[in-house]
Amino acid sequence: MTGGFHLTKRDGISRGKAVLIRLVAVLLSLIVCGLVIMAITGDNPVEVYAALIDGAVGSKNRLWNTIRSMMLLLIVAVGLTPAFKMRFWNIGAEGQILVGGIAAAGLMIYGGGSLPGAVLIPLILIVSTVSGLLWGLIPAFFKAYFNTNETLFTLMLNYVAIQLTNFAIILWESPKGSNSVGVINQASKAGWFPKLFGANDTMIVLLVLLVTVLMAVYLRYSKQGYEIAVVGESRDTARYAGINVKKVILRTMMISGGICGLAGAIIVCGASHTISTGITGGRGFTAIIVAWMSHFNALAMALVSAFLGFMQQGAIQIATQFGLNENASEIITGIILFFLIGSEFFINYRIGRKGGGKG
Amino acid sequence: MTAIIAFLNAAIGQAIVILFGATGEILTEKSGNLNLGIPGIMYMGGISGLMGAFFYENASDSPNGVIGMLVSLLCALVVSALGGLLYCFLTVTLRANQNVVGLALTTFGVGFGNFFGGSISKLAGGVGQISVRTTAEVYRAPVPGLSGIPVIGEVLFSHGFMTYLGLLIAVIVTYVIKHTRKGLHLIAVGEDPSTADTAGISVTRYKYVATVTGATIAGLGGLYFVMEYLNGTWTNGSFGDRGWLAIAVVILALWKPTNAIWGSLLFGGLFVLDIYLPGLTRATKELVRVFPYIVTILVLIITSKRNKPENQPPESLGRAFFREER
Repeated sequence: MTGGFHLTKRDGISRGKAVLIRLVAVLLSLIVCGLVIMAITGDNPVEVYAALIDGAVGSKNRLWNTIRSMMLLLIVAVGLTPAFKMRFWNIGAEGQILVGGIAAAGLMIYGGGSLPGAVLIPLILIVSTVSGLLWGLIPAFFKAYFNTNETLFTLMLNYVAIQLTNFAIILWESPKGSNSVGVINQASKAGWFPKLFGANDTMIVLLVLLVTVLMAVYLRYSKQGYEIAVVGESRDTARYAGINVKKVILRTMMISGGICGLAGAIIVCGASHTISTGITGGRGFTAIIVAWMSHFNALAMALVSAFLGFMQQGAIQIATQFGLNENASEIITGIILFFLIGSEFFINYRIGRKGGGKG
Repeated sequence: MTAIIAFLNAAIGQAIVILFGATGEILTEKSGNLNLGIPGIMYMGGISGLMGAFFYENASDSPNGVIGMLVSLLCALVVSALGGLLYCFLTVTLRANQNVVGLALTTFGVGFGNFFGGSISKLAGGVGQISVRTTAEVYRAPVPGLSGIPVIGEVLFSHGFMTYLGLLIAVIVTYVIKHTRKGLHLIAVGEDPSTADTAGISVTRYKYVATVTGATIAGLGGLYFVMEYLNGTWTNGSFGDRGWLAIAVVILALWKPTNAIWGSLLFGGLFVLDIYLPGLTRATKELVRVFPYIVTILVLIITSKRNKPENQPPESLGRAFFREER
């Protein structure tokens, strides 16, 4: 496929050049998305993009929706980061979010009447984190001791979690027979994140940023963070260096699953106020791509999450305004992701003419 | 007896969808590509086949079912091949991470299916619910003569031609992998691409051909679902997670398509078991639906513990091959 051309792996690329390549990719993806939308709707692409921007940041409400959408994606990406850095393919974030969400919804329902908010909300955050942590520990245990393929294992656990969610929904459905839990504690708002500084989503933003900063510090400056990097580079090297690889795998997946479980609580208490299989919004999968493309850099993850959040909220507006259905946003996300993924190649490799000097 | 026949037929109906997906994924994985985009490709194959037939039936005054069938078949094949090609371009030529590309492709494909499925009638000028009954009838026609046999005919021969096509493809793919030179080369590429490359096998070409062919086979599963199972209609979300079940069957089948036939039947049975099992409440039905995934996880654990090489995933599965890095 590279006939006539010669590829070499780049040793390093200047930050500016890498950013430039990504910007070109984003620009190309926006052009392609515009063409696709134009082909489907027959509308002027400038108008379509105006609608997109209007939908994402056009009013205070919409801006908050975009910020919330970004934050929820960011925390899942942050949760996946330690596992990926260890080269442990945790595809199971969807499931870990759901078990955290089930725990949160359960506590809201059973504890909402008796416990004050100052006790209930911290309790929910802790229990959801522990639920996600245990869910993540299962595939980690089998990876550590039997070397069971974690990609497929975590993938399958997602569907076990989905069925558990469906079971919980029928257990708690309201009204009976509706197959939906409905808004939990709508009147009392027990377990809902309180309004802080005049906005509903402040607590989401604070929690997510806190976890993000803590994770960046943990990976960069702690001994455990260093161990994760060594195990990710080579398990043999780690063993020679006297690192207990099994222990690192178990510990790291507990952290990864725990944060995803916490994300489930944040979604349920801060955004959806209900439990359904749809609360993840596919973030467990999208976040994998976000974390991978950002090379686990916290700032890059925040930027990519912001961009995807912006496009998704914008696409919802396009869909309503031009009478399309809301799945348009998944197509747009997909196209953008393809371009961003493809652009990595031009960052990692240098293309030269065959016979030319060494790059 | 009628309940048993109904259960078996329902199980077969589910199984064939899964079988197409699993056969396609096995062929793909044999080349070392773990294509997690298969669920998305099945959506794309299904909706494009439906759209092809829909636009044909709408444009023609007296639509012919056989032509509709050919049009939809062609559309499904082309679009799913394009899905596989995109996956290959990104993972093989541009060396992107396979998991990341696969998941992005599934996001895209599911969106593609639900978007067009949900808005096609609107785009065509508000003709209401889309339905391609004339074409679907050809897909659903039972085997003439044989389907009249009591019991045996009802279970084995009352299905449309794609059921038998699915079985045939599974057998052919198994034969090609196991007994032909090309199949051996493919296994070599999947197990150890550097060695295969040294032996003069074009790793890139094998990866492309296996993955694109695998994608088209999987896409047929989507088409089968839309035409035979849904009778030529579309309901958003109804395809569900059958694509992931197909990937689960690959593990259950230990990477052999003929095993996938039994695996798919088992999963198809488990998939509809809750409808036919007496004494279940709505809540416990949801728990029964966990079985396919639990079974898969158990197989995954047992095979990794036993560690027999022929029952393992291809050695290079999930990793990109870069010649200059040897």
